[in-house]
Amino acid sequence: MNPRTLPYLLLLPATFFLVAFFLYPFFLVAWQAFATDEGVLTSKYFVKMYKHWKFDKALTNTFLLVLAVVPVQLALSLLMATMVSKMQKGRDMILYIWTIPLGISDLAAGLIWLAIFEQTGFLNSFLFNIGAIDSQITFLGYQNKTVIFLAVMIAEVWRATAIMLVILVAGIGLIPKEYYEAAEVFGASRWKQFTRVTLPLLKPSLQTALILRVILAFEVFAVVVALGGTNLPILMGEIYKWQFELQDSHVAAAYALVILAISIAFTLFFMWLLRTPREAQL
Amino acid sequence: MATRRQIQQANGVAEILQGSFMKSVIQKSSALSLVLAASFLGTGSVQAEGVLFWSKQANPPEEQQAMRENVLSGFEGEVDFQGSEPGPWLTRLQAEIKAGSGKIAVLGGLHGDFTTMGDDLVDLSSVDLGDSEMNGTFMELGKLGGGELKYMPWMQATYVMAANKKALEHLPEGADVMALSYDELIAWSKALAEKTGSPKFGFPAGPKGLKHRFFQGYLYPSYTNSMVTKFRSAEAETAWNAFKDLWTVTNPGSTGYDNMSEPLLSEEVWVAFDHTARLANAFNERPEDFIAFPAAAGPAGRGFMPVIAGIAIPSTAPDMDAAKALVAYLTNPATQIETLKATSFFPVVDVELPDDMPPAVKLSGAAIAAMSGSDDANPGLLPVGLGKLGGQFNAVYVDAFERIVLGGEDVKAVLDEQAEALKAVMEEAGAPCWAPDPASDGPCPVE
Repeated sequence: MNPRTLPYLLLLPATFFLVAFFLYPFFLVAWQAFATDEGVLTSKYFVKMYKHWKFDKALTNTFLLVLAVVPVQLALSLLMATMVSKMQKGRDMILYIWTIPLGISDLAAGLIWLAIFEQTGFLNSFLFNIGAIDSQITFLGYQNKTVIFLAVMIAEVWRATAIMLVILVAGIGLIPKEYYEAAEVFGASRWKQFTRVTLPLLKPSLQTALILRVILAFEVFAVVVALGGTNLPILMGEIYKWQFELQDSHVAAAYALVILAISIAFTLFFMWLLRTPREAQL
Repeated sequence: MATRRQIQQANGVAEILQGSFMKSVIQKSSALSLVLAASFLGTGSVQAEGVLFWSKQANPPEEQQAMRENVLSGFEGEVDFQGSEPGPWLTRLQAEIKAGSGKIAVLGGLHGDFTTMGDDLVDLSSVDLGDSEMNGTFMELGKLGGGELKYMPWMQATYVMAANKKALEHLPEGADVMALSYDELIAWSKALAEKTGSPKFGFPAGPKGLKHRFFQGYLYPSYTNSMVTKFRSAEAETAWNAFKDLWTVTNPGSTGYDNMSEPLLSEEVWVAFDHTARLANAFNERPEDFIAFPAAAGPAGRGFMPVIAGIAIPSTAPDMDAAKALVAYLTNPATQIETLKATSFFPVVDVELPDDMPPAVKLSGAAIAAMSGSDDANPGLLPVGLGKLGGQFNAVYVDAFERIVLGGEDVKAVLDEQAEALKAVMEEAGAPCWAPDPASDGPCPVE
């Protein structure tokens, strides 16, 4: 086999897979958002989406959720990653334990937290048993949208911080020890070392972690459905509603394109914000 | 297929990389993939599964099980009963019809599901009903306004109220529980909240709760004698304000209730409205503790919504004779009684109900009879002719509820806005009015 063509041959199956199951459906969805069943181009589905009373709410809630969740996850995962990389013993064990939530599907994660916050859930039983409350509290009722929001936030942080952690741990492992030794020689404090050595050299990993996390955060769905039902409308939930309950795949496709546009915008933003000049690369 | 050499090579690499543990894993997995490949190639055809009964009804797991074990086990052929959510139910059916061939032999759905797919359904007039006496009104509905019988009536149900007997002592003076008005219901619920310290009225407003049917078939007909036409009338405003009033003494957990059996059994809720099938658990588990009674009446009568489920055969059914035999089997009286036990949906043929019927059947049966037989009965049919737009039609009412009652928005403003959405749905579907709205030429108007 010609060694020059071999890589391309090996890439073929993956390329075929991407074209058949990603690109082709993507163009179908894009077409559906802009064209009627008869094939006439129209913007009426976007108008219908935009005019629906839940669109603003879904958009705002999704953005708020991303803004609330991702920074917390970033700080947490940085903290955890530095802790893990400083450990001598039991490093793998801790890493395995911290990444357990990664192995749990998002719906299951939502249900776990639902079992905690429900009217007859663990939190209520606990508060009742220690005598803090006299009767069960409906934490996740429609009256307590803030509580629902906080519950979703906690569940998301618990569930999806690990993906950033894994990327950052790998990134920190790549930073040569010499930089820290040099910093120490110049008398830099631990904090200075973190802000002046770790953070700048971690940029590429931070970029990957943030892009991945933000895209996934805009697609948050099952956790919100489990904890908030229809009380906390979000973009992904609206897609599901339009596709399956309201049976209008055109409007669902329009929503899908909105999420895509947001994802692309944020990807470009992080690529610009955390760009590393070629000569500064490790 | 991996050759011996390749496996050895892989083993060599593995040994270098990971040591012997990884090696044994790779050995096993390559052996496994060989076995899988062989078994995949070996089985050329899928095993025959019998007649596929694709149903939107009897979808909860326990009902599916009862359908398979008790209702369909008596059929001479094999039946593959598959319950489904409404969305996937329609999607798969449409895909098969579009493809021109399919596996679905028999469809189970509601009257409203079949109304727009008449062309794709087989005429069932030739099905031999034997000595079953089918309800004539329902047969007429099954023709969808044409000459051919597009679906065979299968079973019927409706929505009633249920109450814990402890609640009865707090009934307002002079109120008859078998003929309540909405004012009395509200007064009763207020008294319950006051006397017991917490709201005891319950309403299935959960994500899968049937709240929209309450607004369409109960609240609107009772106050406006209409479901669509008078959506934003002054009477409708009165209705929503009355419901808002009721909501102040409704258990706030209601937005999480998909069916009212559980909250009734746990006594979080003492008085509730729901579908008979969704109340059955409570009635069957503690028949001594509960009563069933008719829905309340408003200024325009006692609105209620009879639900008719049917069975149909798509034109793409693989084995027409087997499918028709299954339709005939489902309509014979013995099967209908088994179906009633399995799903709490009532027979559509004349049957002699045996004495050993579950308590839910006896309780709901009496309430249904009192409701449909009351002097002020005002039946509102399930939406007809909406097809795919059924979901958007329901959403108009659910959105109005979420905005007016949960969101506290202005009633008039919301109704005006939702009326536009309703108008758009009716016009897109081109659906003429159904009871209680008077018949219309062209799409049902929204005043």
